[in-house]
Amino acid sequence: MGAILEAKGVSAWYGMIQAVTEVDLQVEQGGVTALLGANGAGKTTTLRALCNMVRRSGTTTFDGVDISRRSTEDIVRMGVAHVPEGRGTFVALTVEENLKLAFHTRRDRAAAMRDMDLVFDYFPRLKERIRQQAGTLSGGEQQMLAIARALMLAPRLMLLDEPSFGLAPLIVQEIFRILRQINRDAKVSMLIVEQNAALALELADQVYLLETGSVVTSGPSDMVRNDEALRKAYLGY
Amino acid sequence: MEFFIQQVVAGLTSGAIYACVALGLVMIFVSTDHINFAQGEMAMFATYIAWALIDAGVPYWIAFGSTILIAFVGGLLIQRFILKPLENAPVLALVVCFIALLSIFNAMAGMIWSYTIKPFPSPFPALDLTGHGLVNVRQLGVVGVTLIMLGILTVFFRYTTLGLAMRAAAQNASSARLMGVRVSWMLALGWGLAAAIGATAGMLVAPLVFLDPNMMTGILVYGFAAALVGGIANPAGAVLGGFIVGVLENLVGSYVIGNELKLTFALAMVVGVLLFKPAGLFGRVIVKRV
Amino acid sequence: MAADATSWATKSGFGKMAILFWAILAALPLIGYVRDDPSFDYYMFMGQSMLIYGTAVLGLNLLIGFNGQISLGHSAFFAVGAYTTAILMNFAGMPYWATIPIAAVVCFGAGFLFGLPALKLEGHYLALATFTLAIAVPQLLKYKAIAGWTGGVGGLLLEKPDPPFNLPLSPDQYLYYLCLFVSMLMFWFVYNLLRGRSGRAMMAIRDHPMAAGTMGIDTALYKTVTFGISAAITGVAGALSAITIAYVAPDSFTLQLAVSFLVGLVVGGIASLPGCILGGVFIVLVQNSAQSISDWMKVSFSLRYDVPAWAIYGVLLLLLMYFLPSGLMGGLIALKERLFGAKGPDSTDDPAPQASRND
Repeated sequence: MGAILEAKGVSAWYGMIQAVTEVDLQVEQGGVTALLGANGAGKTTTLRALCNMVRRSGTTTFDGVDISRRSTEDIVRMGVAHVPEGRGTFVALTVEENLKLAFHTRRDRAAAMRDMDLVFDYFPRLKERIRQQAGTLSGGEQQMLAIARALMLAPRLMLLDEPSFGLAPLIVQEIFRILRQINRDAKVSMLIVEQNAALALELADQVYLLETGSVVTSGPSDMVRNDEALRKAYLGY
Repeated sequence: MEFFIQQVVAGLTSGAIYACVALGLVMIFVSTDHINFAQGEMAMFATYIAWALIDAGVPYWIAFGSTILIAFVGGLLIQRFILKPLENAPVLALVVCFIALLSIFNAMAGMIWSYTIKPFPSPFPALDLTGHGLVNVRQLGVVGVTLIMLGILTVFFRYTTLGLAMRAAAQNASSARLMGVRVSWMLALGWGLAAAIGATAGMLVAPLVFLDPNMMTGILVYGFAAALVGGIANPAGAVLGGFIVGVLENLVGSYVIGNELKLTFALAMVVGVLLFKPAGLFGRVIVKRV
Repeated sequence: MAADATSWATKSGFGKMAILFWAILAALPLIGYVRDDPSFDYYMFMGQSMLIYGTAVLGLNLLIGFNGQISLGHSAFFAVGAYTTAILMNFAGMPYWATIPIAAVVCFGAGFLFGLPALKLEGHYLALATFTLAIAVPQLLKYKAIAGWTGGVGGLLLEKPDPPFNLPLSPDQYLYYLCLFVSMLMFWFVYNLLRGRSGRAMMAIRDHPMAAGTMGIDTALYKTVTFGISAAITGVAGALSAITIAYVAPDSFTLQLAVSFLVGLVVGGIASLPGCILGGVFIVLVQNSAQSISDWMKVSFSLRYDVPAWAIYGVLLLLLMYFLPSGLMGGLIALKERLFGAKGPDSTDDPAPQASRND
């Protein structure tokens, strides 16, 4: 089992400001890696840098292929699905149209239709709202829709940007349960950025701790969970 | 009463043309958020291409089809080569760019085909249907072509994944990229479609007013009015807006102010709608981004 | 911020440069006494046109460059100014010089009125409304009900004024001085306006409309008044053009006129006062060389028909937007910096046009 995603010396900028400095990280094939850290530590920027959504340097390989210079669209089409911060809902499209957007990039229409059924198995709530305008969904439903949209791309790796943000604890529990299920059943590897460290540590097997744009420590999630000093210093619990 | 009906029918005919122009404007607005001041001149130029083809002996409908195709490719190229470098430029730069395109197309038509007016054939005979000059086949043809075009566009946007991708790209470009949509090509496609629609409008107008490089100037203003009345982000609204503006123009022209102030009337309509009903009669409110 | 007037205007030496510049302009007609050139009067006429266009561009620049409101319809105010002068001279028998301030007042009113609806419009929409205005104007001027005043399609023929007090000047030399005096007055007025409180408020509205409002600037008032002043200045240019050409007709006030103002603005440089004059000079040069450019192109590319000035304007606008978005003045400043390495207080300015960004 090698790494599905490997980043070496990735730096990234927002305008003139450097937000991420020389980050190395790996996501194992079939594994879940969590990227933790305080607000403004550069987690979201790192995630965006991996799909070339911001100005960046360094190398990124996906499944052995160098994707450092590929466009965001190409990276997505190779099998990296990014669930963005703020959920990226197409508010004026219906739930169904949000999902069917994946048909535009997928050649295997029959498999795509099957994936749609699969997605509705994971998120039965979305099926109930299939004809509704996506802008009218609740926050939790929009987060589900964002994950569902990503799943429709039949990804091998999902980049999740704070899936728990602004949601009620019960909904968060449900979403994380589904994420675990997706990882287990559909063999989708994940890189997850979270504020809610306890939850992310439960899901992830590898953890990277980010502070002011650099990795301060990394290792198996058990290690971080059991290291109280580390937890207190960086994760605040 | 007969005169009234005549005016309404004439209004619907010119309304159909305004609707076409408005559809082109809406297409570009929806995909790029811009107001294309060169839409009229692009249509005029395409019509000259059709004229040149017909003049060279190409049968009408083949010339019609190839012109639409040429216009489509032309629109695509304009977006890729001229507008793409200005994607993040301020509004003023874009407005200047559209004005530049307007000037260039107008001048090129004059340079290649001269400023003397030319007759342009219509595929529809001016055959009277009612016997008292109320409705003729040509008028029906113009309205028909517009409605067919609206139908095609509706199907394209509602039922094809490419149309869906275009709508998604227009709504939320960065999120569309994350779904693998090549956003900048979607913008180019929007321009291509707008140019093709414009070409159709031009070929419908030309038989009614004669072909000349300035033929679209006034019509463009009515197209703007139509697009605004219908809500500038709404294709079906734009078509309805076109008919409303066309009929209104004819009625107001014949009963109230006379034909000489038609453009002033259009100005009043544009400013009026922008001020009092910025979302148009059938459109959603245009949310101002801060 | 971009080409901030306060930075260059308060720079030491700007005032001296300006005085020198205007002095050179004032000395130009004297060449006529030294060289016996039969077409000298024509050059004087060109000089008048350059000053007139420069003033018209100044009006537009005040609105677009310094206040961030886009107008494609300034040909309308130019027309109002020209017709005000023509009508007053023709029907009220007024002396030409007395009509200029009246034209300014009338145009201020027209601009202020148009500025009211413009308040609610931004960026593309304001451009759209003013574009429509530009297209509607010629037709409006031809309107039969007012043809008694405007002369309808034929326009109005005026009398070209002679130099007063038996000054030893040819009529064209005299008119050149008239244009020079009036445009100098306009530039001086704008220069002072921009240096003061109002100027800072205008630019604050351009750069940070929201913040300007919260800082207690009455944005609505400033924007409408700026629209009015801008229209008044362009209208004065129109009045001068009616006097110097001694003729007004509806078809001189088309969209193409508005476009040529825009060309002058972009060529000279957005939010640059000296750039306005450069723009004016440029417009006249293009108009005058259009024929020779056209002839050259016809031979080189074996075209059958003339190349209109439109084509040159269009291509220029595109090229400028790509390669010199800060216009000639911006380009000159950049060149000076490259040559002398001088980093003046204004050298850090972002040369890109900042006017009316909408995001």
